[in-house]
Amino acid sequence: MAKTFGPITAVDGLDLEVPEGICLGLLGPNGAGKSTTMRLLTGQAIADSGRLRVLDYELPAEAKTARWQMGVVPQLDNLDVDVTVEDNLAIFARLYRVPDVGAAVEKALAIARLRERRRDAVDELSGGMRRRLLLARGLVHEPRLVLLDEPTVGLDPQIRTELWTLIGELKARGTTILMSTHYIEEAERLADEVAVMHQGRIISRGRPAELIAEHAGRQTAEVYGPPDRLAEARAEAESRGLLVRPAGPAIAIVGSERADGFVPDDAVVRAASLEDVFVLLTGEEAD
Amino acid sequence: MESATTVQQQPKAAPRRLRRLERAAIAGVMSREVANFRTYWKGTTFSSVMEPLVYLLAFGLGLSATLVDEVNGVPYLEFVGTGMVATAVIFSSALPAMFGTFVKHRFQNTYDAILAAPVDVEELVSAEMLWIATRSGTYGCVPLLVTIGFGLDPAPGMLLTPLFCFVTALGFSGFGVAMAATVAKIDQFNYVTALFVTPLFLVAGTFFPIDGLPEWAQVAAQVNPLHQLVELVRGGAFGYEWVDLLRFAFLVAFALATWRVAIHQMRERLID
Repeated sequence: MAKTFGPITAVDGLDLEVPEGICLGLLGPNGAGKSTTMRLLTGQAIADSGRLRVLDYELPAEAKTARWQMGVVPQLDNLDVDVTVEDNLAIFARLYRVPDVGAAVEKALAIARLRERRRDAVDELSGGMRRRLLLARGLVHEPRLVLLDEPTVGLDPQIRTELWTLIGELKARGTTILMSTHYIEEAERLADEVAVMHQGRIISRGRPAELIAEHAGRQTAEVYGPPDRLAEARAEAESRGLLVRPAGPAIAIVGSERADGFVPDDAVVRAASLEDVFVLLTGEEAD
Repeated sequence: MESATTVQQQPKAAPRRLRRLERAAIAGVMSREVANFRTYWKGTTFSSVMEPLVYLLAFGLGLSATLVDEVNGVPYLEFVGTGMVATAVIFSSALPAMFGTFVKHRFQNTYDAILAAPVDVEELVSAEMLWIATRSGTYGCVPLLVTIGFGLDPAPGMLLTPLFCFVTALGFSGFGVAMAATVAKIDQFNYVTALFVTPLFLVAGTFFPIDGLPEWAQVAAQVNPLHQLVELVRGGAFGYEWVDLLRFAFLVAFALATWRVAIHQMRERLID
């Protein structure tokens, strides 16, 4: 599948299949094409080429019917802020043609843990409550597939953890989830499988442990020190054919178990991580 | 090999396919508008009643006391009062459609949320137009009621006024939605107001009869939906003519045309 916007190629030969019942993390840096992919999946963007099937429906022709059975949790908060919590949910229950709107709202309030605040206007809620409500709104019709577009972007750590708990509960119910994120930790915690997306295409895919073993080996040695020391360590590691990546104030020598005794004495050795994979594959610093 | 992006699930028992212009989708979008309206109806209602009162006092009583007694045999206050129905309709349909649509799309991302649900652009635009027209059709009648309060005799023909207002408001809400989808920045509504809304409002025959205007302006007024509405409302108050059927057909055509243009423009704007 491909999608361009004028001179910009947002999605470039994307090939992705999501099996039922898993949480697939679409991990990529900003600008990788994740949000465009999400919009293609809801029919809010039309691919220039390729074929797209969601829940057995061909898109874009059957996008509306496909959307009926999927829930979308957007990156941006687009709740109706002057309207009450329960009205926000009821509106979407109606849009999704839920037969018993009242029961659906009750269930969604329970998911969002907002029963006590049901009659409050959204602009009276805290940031965390609003994100929980946004998530519950996307689940009000008990969808077969849920698209989470950067579900915790810009949130503080406590709210992020709250959201992760809710998403974990959703996973436990067996709902299929496609989650775009540029947070490594989010993908590691929630995704059964991770597809690393870069410049509009999937460049690697697998279970996090498989990706780490394939691309980063078993351990990573981080060397800290002044620039001269880092340059020296980098040159030596590269001369031995090892992969080196920047890691904030340090450099990380990836797959250092293959270093054949080279690992510098001042290095901190740790288990290889998905962050190593992400940086090696995309060349971008991780968030 | 053709590249494919797929989200696979086990097929369930032959699910129903959603059709075009589903009533549930339109009602769902309208229910959102109703829920929001409940939070601001007092201010809207207050201004809808106060504006015709002020206009009638200023133009109706002021002018009729000093310059104009009557127009074509109709007391000037009643002439203005019936004409002001059209003013109320354009200001409660075109402007909310322009600004409301722009804000919901560009600032609140409301349409992204709605279009992620099983609603398409045609249903979204139709629901927005229907809601604005329902509201405007109601508020449009207020000047007529105020004029009755000032002494205009009620007539059975006036019962059709809400329908005339509704159909005209449909047309102007479609116009407003189309403009909101077309402009790049909210400031550009100044051009729309200056080039379309104000001239339409001034040459509708609200404050003065158009037969006093130059011939070209009289011809232009015939394609002004507001003028046709003014004539229909006055027909309801002072007696219909056969030509009013044509006027009504013109308003229906205007509404249908702006509906399709609004859908086209919004689709261009909302679907990448």
